[in-house]
Amino acid sequence: MTGRRMPASARGARRRRGWGRAAQYAALLCYLAFLAFPLLWLVSTAFKSPRELGSVDPSWLPHHPTLDNFRKAFAEQPLLHAALNSVAVAGAAALVSVAIAVPAAYATVRFRTAVGRAGTVWVLVSQAFPLVLIIIPLFMVLKVMHLIDSRPGLGLVYVVWTLPFALWMLQGYVRAVPVSLEEAAAIDGCGRYRTLRSVVVPLLLPGLVATLMFSFVTAWNEFFFALVLLKSPEKQTMSVILTHFLGAEGAADLGPLAAASVLATLPSLLFFALLQRHLVQGMLSGAVKG
Amino acid sequence: MSRSGPATHRDAWFLLLPALIPVLVLSVGPLLYGAALAFTDAQSGVRHSTTFTGLDNFRALRLDSLFWQSFRIGLVWAVCVTVLQLLLSLGLALLLNRNLRFRWLARTLALVPWAMPEVVIGIMWRLVYNPDAGVLNNALRDLRLTDGTTDWLSSMSLALPAVIVVGVWAGMPQTTVVLLAGLQNVPAELHEAAGLDGAGPWRGFTTVTWPALRPVALSVMALNFIWNFNSFGLVYVLTGGGPGGKTQLPMLFAYAEAFRYGQFGYAAAMGLAMVAVVAVLLAVFLRNRLTREDG
Repeated sequence: MTGRRMPASARGARRRRGWGRAAQYAALLCYLAFLAFPLLWLVSTAFKSPRELGSVDPSWLPHHPTLDNFRKAFAEQPLLHAALNSVAVAGAAALVSVAIAVPAAYATVRFRTAVGRAGTVWVLVSQAFPLVLIIIPLFMVLKVMHLIDSRPGLGLVYVVWTLPFALWMLQGYVRAVPVSLEEAAAIDGCGRYRTLRSVVVPLLLPGLVATLMFSFVTAWNEFFFALVLLKSPEKQTMSVILTHFLGAEGAADLGPLAAASVLATLPSLLFFALLQRHLVQGMLSGAVKG
Repeated sequence: MSRSGPATHRDAWFLLLPALIPVLVLSVGPLLYGAALAFTDAQSGVRHSTTFTGLDNFRALRLDSLFWQSFRIGLVWAVCVTVLQLLLSLGLALLLNRNLRFRWLARTLALVPWAMPEVVIGIMWRLVYNPDAGVLNNALRDLRLTDGTTDWLSSMSLALPAVIVVGVWAGMPQTTVVLLAGLQNVPAELHEAAGLDGAGPWRGFTTVTWPALRPVALSVMALNFIWNFNSFGLVYVLTGGGPGGKTQLPMLFAYAEAFRYGQFGYAAAMGLAMVAVVAVLLAVFLRNRLTREDG
């Protein structure tokens, strides 16, 4: 019906659109390649045998996938211990950070006080300072408190480190709680804290879990503070242990290095898969709507 | 909740206090202390007693050509990574905003770098760039573009560009997500109106999409620049600042000054010099954000 009667200009437009589509798919393909190939290479390296790794003409996928590299990785470095350290430090830090961020987020959204506003700005500003400027005095302060080379000391730093984004995300979720519900609770005779506990927090729960996971991932992935603040090998976290595979000369055993890297990424990746939707929402409410 | 009065203010204080104390002790305090250290000769040893030295550190810093070289490298790195990040992320966000097949795959993949520890991203790209067993040289050899023996991260001329590519890869997710969110806020009617007026895709982008997206893009660029300028872990793992200091970002330089040579005061002065750059960008970002909040 449309074919024959269609005016030439419309047909041209449709052909142009067809070309446009093709170009879009080509561009998407380039992006997919750029994003995926390094990842594919990392995973593939982790499963290759030493003979394949030494090959002059390396293949994209391992011909004989093996778990040897994982076994060797655990033998070469205290991976399990490092993972437990990371879980303990990042987990505790995330819990504390969210626990103190919830009331703060509520207060900054619901009461427009000068302190709240200053706090929000500070949280943003503090992210912008080069870490050298913070780490040197922090190192000195923690030394006085005997919290250098101590996991609780690092955890304490991570609480403050994860707080800004936790606060940011939670502010978005608090804004989404209808004020009318709180007013209804107030009319029913609930006090401020009772309202917070029995009306606001239950509604925040999904956002709370998302924030908790995000804070955990942030702390699990962190490298700089752990590098400076922890010295003993048995206290090291995952990120720092990974760099030990690189050796002093950078002549690393590639297989175990890749295997350990894959393992170190799994927890973060798992949480991110669960978080995907929330993150996009969090960014929406935090960054775009202001 | 428009109630206000002494009771409400006390409530707000109680709610804020648990977050305020750690922030004051471990963030505000150390930063002020750190800024003050820049005017002293503080060193890492306990025996050494710190004295106030005024502007001595800054006078020495002004003549420290190695630091300024590192500072320049930091600026080149931050500008290149930030601009490339914005352009590539904008392209990706525009594509993801279309109704294309495999969009879900790109969406998922685009988030992965965000989840990965910095150290793992560094290690992964070291495997890619590896001169003998790396996939990049292998692919270039197969395509007959080079002889495939390039030592990317040890080459004086290629190390910085190679590291910049990694920086772009690592930072794309956040930028893409923010820009995509911004795109989805552009009213569809505007596009339709532009389409009816006969505007092509490019005209549509410049007259409808970009004006709506500009504030978001500027904010995300300012933040990205700050993060990139202060970045540490990625390059630490990739090159350690080598070869011959060609990828020595200012953070790496200051880290070595503080924790390898123990010059706390001098390193703090370097930190303050970096703040000067960051402050300008931060002002741009905050003004942007605050005007949008009020508007």
